[in-house]
Amino acid sequence: MDRFSVFSARLVDKSENFTSGHRACQGCAEALAVRLVMKALGRDTIVAMSTGCMEIISSPLPLTSWKVPWIHNAFENSAAVISGCESGMKAMMRKGKLPAKKINFVGMGGDGATADIGMGALSGALERGHDMIYVCYDNEAYMNTGIQRSSSTPFGASTTTSPAGKASMGQHTRKKNMAQIAVAHNIPYVATACSSFPFDLMEKVKRASETPGAAYVHILSVCPTGWRIQPHDAIKYGRLAVDACVFPLYEVVNGKYSLTYRPQRIIPVKEYLGGQGRFRHLTEKQVEQIQAFVDTDYQKIVKLSDEV
Amino acid sequence: MGKVRKGVEVSIAMADAVAQADVDVIAAYPITPQTHIVEHLADIVANGELDAEFVPVDSEHSAMSVCCGSAAVGARTFTSTSSQGLALMSEIFFISAAMRLPIVMALANRSLSSPLSIWNDHGDVMMVRDAGWIHVFVENGQESYDNVFCAFRMAEDPNVMLPVAVNLDGFILTHMIEPVEYEDDELIRQYLPEFKMKHALHPDKPVSMGCFGMPEIYTETQMHREDGVTNSYPHILKAWEEWGKLTGRYYHPIETYRADDAEYCIVTMGSYGETAMEVVDALREEGEKVGVVKIRLWRPFPFDEFRRAVLGKKSLIVIDRALSFGGPGGPVALELRSALYKKEGAPTIVNYIAGLAGRDVSRKDFRHIILEGKEKAASGDTEGFTLYGLRG
Amino acid sequence: MAKPMEQITWQELEIGAVVTEVGSARQYHTGSWRSERPVVNKDQCIKCGVCWLFCPDISIVRAAEGHFEADLTYCKGCGICAKECPVGCITMVGEEE
Repeated sequence: MDRFSVFSARLVDKSENFTSGHRACQGCAEALAVRLVMKALGRDTIVAMSTGCMEIISSPLPLTSWKVPWIHNAFENSAAVISGCESGMKAMMRKGKLPAKKINFVGMGGDGATADIGMGALSGALERGHDMIYVCYDNEAYMNTGIQRSSSTPFGASTTTSPAGKASMGQHTRKKNMAQIAVAHNIPYVATACSSFPFDLMEKVKRASETPGAAYVHILSVCPTGWRIQPHDAIKYGRLAVDACVFPLYEVVNGKYSLTYRPQRIIPVKEYLGGQGRFRHLTEKQVEQIQAFVDTDYQKIVKLSDEV
Repeated sequence: MGKVRKGVEVSIAMADAVAQADVDVIAAYPITPQTHIVEHLADIVANGELDAEFVPVDSEHSAMSVCCGSAAVGARTFTSTSSQGLALMSEIFFISAAMRLPIVMALANRSLSSPLSIWNDHGDVMMVRDAGWIHVFVENGQESYDNVFCAFRMAEDPNVMLPVAVNLDGFILTHMIEPVEYEDDELIRQYLPEFKMKHALHPDKPVSMGCFGMPEIYTETQMHREDGVTNSYPHILKAWEEWGKLTGRYYHPIETYRADDAEYCIVTMGSYGETAMEVVDALREEGEKVGVVKIRLWRPFPFDEFRRAVLGKKSLIVIDRALSFGGPGGPVALELRSALYKKEGAPTIVNYIAGLAGRDVSRKDFRHIILEGKEKAASGDTEGFTLYGLRG
Repeated sequence: MAKPMEQITWQELEIGAVVTEVGSARQYHTGSWRSERPVVNKDQCIKCGVCWLFCPDISIVRAAEGHFEADLTYCKGCGICAKECPVGCITMVGEEE
């Protein structure tokens, strides 16, 4: 655990822009991620959210968990919707129809909304360079509809549409690297984060909000229901993912990579995979293969991060 | 811009109207035959003649999504599309109406694939008939120009708050050079004051939009929508009435031509109205008691006005520009048959589907349709539809 | 206070079904989902706030004495607070006990 950060928890802003009464599963680290993101952003924020877990759990008519202006429109278009909000406000402020004010325009979606169905809309919004932030809450499958695989589901995971069986190891494709796809748009700020590292997460979201232009933050959001772990282990598994270098924490500022957290002791991937029901079926050999993938991918990030 | 009359391509006139309406955001994706409208708007913005955000989106789906975001913050928002573009954005087209976002669209009507065709019919608009938008049809350049302002006035009326599509026939109208009387900017400002939205997204007064509906409440949300569309009707009339008072050009949901004493009428929607009137003039010379009924407002459908215009006539010859596969006829005829069902003095309906994908329907064809339709009606042949000009 | 959804008439809906009472979800008490509740040993609590920071349900509050405890109106009993507490002063206790 990042002990230093933990002991400054009391200094964190106590106001909540995402309230209790939301209907997320027990131990939902994605709801925690939303809460932390909203802490970092503050009140002067407009959120456009994709259809998905976080939308459903936070907005059953006539109730809402949101304290900031919030809009849900469809599954695949939160990036486009928020770019419209930004364009509309920008025009109205410039024309004197609205008083000028710094507002965070934030699109949010799950991994399916981001890496699959909403990829075109997101790519378009990033490329157009709106002053916006897009946050992907990556719980590595379509959890809202019942744990179906997405392109962000990791190699080897068993889901309801990539089930492990006699003839299948489960998901047999590599996880799509959304953060690096975002980097390829030459936007000024890209970061990865995890709600198990709340200070790192909030700092990155703040930095994204302070960056003029488009920013992308990819948050690994542990899902006890879909990953088949105990709800109380949600924070632990996020930490293990980072410590095993399965999900490195880094940021890319104007194209320059830097790791924001280097594990003091890198743990074997086995320690992360073990205990998760979705990986239970994997053979030793398959785990070795995953370890090899992780080593290669992590070294790439280390190399990029060490470049001067 | 001052009041001036000029010969101009209809697409250009519409784009000029959008600029005069002081739109804040334009989001569109290129598709034939809508392109000239948005190209000209891009020019106007690039030249600094309109202070607006021109958002060149990645797809029509994103175009309508950007429009939703922009309208949700209270910005005056315009888009334009056709055919496949409308099909791609149809998901968000429905949502925009449900969320009561006052977007205005120039819908340059074009046939749907497959086979791919870029030419005009009404296949695209009929696909979204039930989305909850207001649909206005125009038939010439002046009407296209005028109805951009009327559409914003309707959409932004606090009693309405609905998106409005101004339907104009692709190529037949979009690419035509016509005389159009431009109105003075001051008159436009008077007719179309700055838009203030009741529940715009803003940190000073946060709201949640687009919350999800459990079965316990979904039905109520749908009745709320139905009421919104139906009750937009008097406000639509008012928007046209006010425009008429300022400009002398009045618009009505149902418009008729030489129909008062007509025994039978040809019913059109869109640019066919002009040809129909010319043919009716010629037939009147020959003693035929024929008139024209034009549908300007497609949604909300003007049931009372329509009935007032046609009850007591012998028959209607309805020209549709789209097919409802496996259905009882073209969408317009279907609507009219339903509007007249069990009404005393209801005329019979003969349905022709013509001009699919821009196939030319000449004056000669109109004459043929009217005379043949009259005979069909007289002989009781009023079931189903005839696909006009079909080979084989 | 928003009416329960099954009592709302269509005329009572805001235009576009907009919700104007933000944060109204607090009317919905998720505490009823709980099968275990966290019990804090006040003497052991070092008042660091880790439990508060990691709570996905925003249901840890600071008591007047300075220590942190669960707001049982919303606490779903996930046990993250107990697991993450650096001094182990939170115990999960079965609701039936």
